[in-house]
Amino acid sequence: MKPAEPFARFAYQRHADQARAKPASYPVVIIGAGPVGLTLAIDLKLRGIDCVLLDDQDRIGEGSRAICFAKRTLEIWDRLGCAAPMLDKGVRWNIGKVFQHEKLLYHFDLLPEPGHKMPAFINLQQYYAEKFLVDRAQALGVDLRWLNRVVGLQSGEQGACIVVETPDGSYSLDARYVIACDGARSPMRSMLGLEFMGEQFEDQFLIADVRMTAEFPVERWFWFDPPFHGGKSCLLHKQPDDVWRIDLQLSPDADTEYERRPEVVRPRIERMFGHGDFDLEWISVYRFQCRRLERFVHGAVIFAGDAAHQVSPFGARGANSGVQDADNLGWKIAAALRGRSGLIASYDQERSQAADENILHSTRATDFIAPRHKAEARFRNAALALARQTEFGKRFVNSGRLSTPTTYMASPLSTADDLPWAAGPTPGAPIPDAPLGNGYLSEYLGQGFALLHWRGGGEALYVEGLPMIAVSDHDEALIARFALTPGAAYLIRPDRHVAARFHNPEPAALAAALNKANAA
Amino acid sequence: MTGLDTKARFADPDAAYRAIIEAHRGLTESESAELNAALVLILANQLGDMAMLHEALVLAQRSIKGLRDPHA
Repeated sequence: MKPAEPFARFAYQRHADQARAKPASYPVVIIGAGPVGLTLAIDLKLRGIDCVLLDDQDRIGEGSRAICFAKRTLEIWDRLGCAAPMLDKGVRWNIGKVFQHEKLLYHFDLLPEPGHKMPAFINLQQYYAEKFLVDRAQALGVDLRWLNRVVGLQSGEQGACIVVETPDGSYSLDARYVIACDGARSPMRSMLGLEFMGEQFEDQFLIADVRMTAEFPVERWFWFDPPFHGGKSCLLHKQPDDVWRIDLQLSPDADTEYERRPEVVRPRIERMFGHGDFDLEWISVYRFQCRRLERFVHGAVIFAGDAAHQVSPFGARGANSGVQDADNLGWKIAAALRGRSGLIASYDQERSQAADENILHSTRATDFIAPRHKAEARFRNAALALARQTEFGKRFVNSGRLSTPTTYMASPLSTADDLPWAAGPTPGAPIPDAPLGNGYLSEYLGQGFALLHWRGGGEALYVEGLPMIAVSDHDEALIARFALTPGAAYLIRPDRHVAARFHNPEPAALAAALNKANAA
Repeated sequence: MTGLDTKARFADPDAAYRAIIEAHRGLTESESAELNAALVLILANQLGDMAMLHEALVLAQRSIKGLRDPHA
């Protein structure tokens, strides 16, 4: 294995703020230039908010880490203008195979629904995703400061002051909002002395990136109890550049120093591929946790991504849910800076619900993949045995339920339906994409609220200050997906969740729904 | 109101009981546990109702507690 090299390195630059006698003041300081912090910085920049993005490193680390980016994440990055390079580089797959011992139990085809601009998901090493986000942030002129480590914090309800250490010594910054996107080990969380509640799982997993040019199908393979790794589970995923990602379950008491040695890892992978024609690129061992902060908002300090909640990796809910945190927070911060501070509380409420949902799903998958005692293993094996013969057995098998966006139930921003709807996204639900005109609905939506409306032969709706997306009689797929009746309208939030919907929209009801969605 | 029917549903309960016992005849402790695990999943799916499944679980838990402590 070659010595690890950073994927990309950035230059530390001394900033004029470091020489100021009084701390410079910004509306927003974001801590941590990972996928979440970068997404939020780009979002705020596009909303015209001045923010500073600090990172304690000067590089994008080696190793694939998050590798599965879901449709919702890609839609968010598309809104921010950086999905194209991700799609170009990413690998798409539809076939998944589940094995028990050496036998194929069953395979599934994701058969993605047509009429969406973005695929169900792509596989892409996190370092590529981060590089494309950095490129976009830099093109927009985001104030990104490398080798800026936050070492001190004083915060209140109306703002925070942070102390930042750099190669040139330390300096201070004032901010109305400080957003902590500083990852699973979040130093910001420690500085505030906040408890990270939840459970730590016993089992350890070894992950390896392997470069192999030999022919091998582009499929997701999951093994329960494979012959090359007796009694444990294993996941194989294709990434770009002929890199394969392998996740191997280890015993709780496994000697990780021994297990991660290339001469120990290699023979297992040789048996898995059936040949030794590959190179090991990166090996890491982790023990995972499902934990969250009780509250994500602490006065002027707001937590997002792994700093706020951590899940097991099965289901690709880590980076994907973090990017959705940023998506939920960006427009609310922008509005709060204009006086609508009530929106910030809804971030805590909505994303807490999402975190609980993600923790629930990833905990269930973990319990299935790594049973804790004999009886659990027996049920797991019974489900696998039934999966060979029955449809319901397959449905019990859980090798990770892939990330989908959360419907915000009982959100303070949602207006309940006044009349029954046959289908379509409910208030609080993420909207699905759909073909519209010669493109897609997602391309018509901007950075703010919008009204999706089908005249259906009646009067056109007009609400001042609210962009309207007109659906024509020809947009049948969209009409069906939203269960639009003639004259109906959806009020869509900037993060593309439904705020309200009406079969017979009245301007007064729409204005009230818009106020509610703005926590006004 | 209860969703789980605790009245006898088989016309011939003895035959149903006997069928379950016979399926376990000659099995080791571990094979028997495996068979039960598969059977529980099959029957749970047949129930197909979370509320009833919960009721069944509670009833089972209570009954084995009674087995261990006859005064409970």
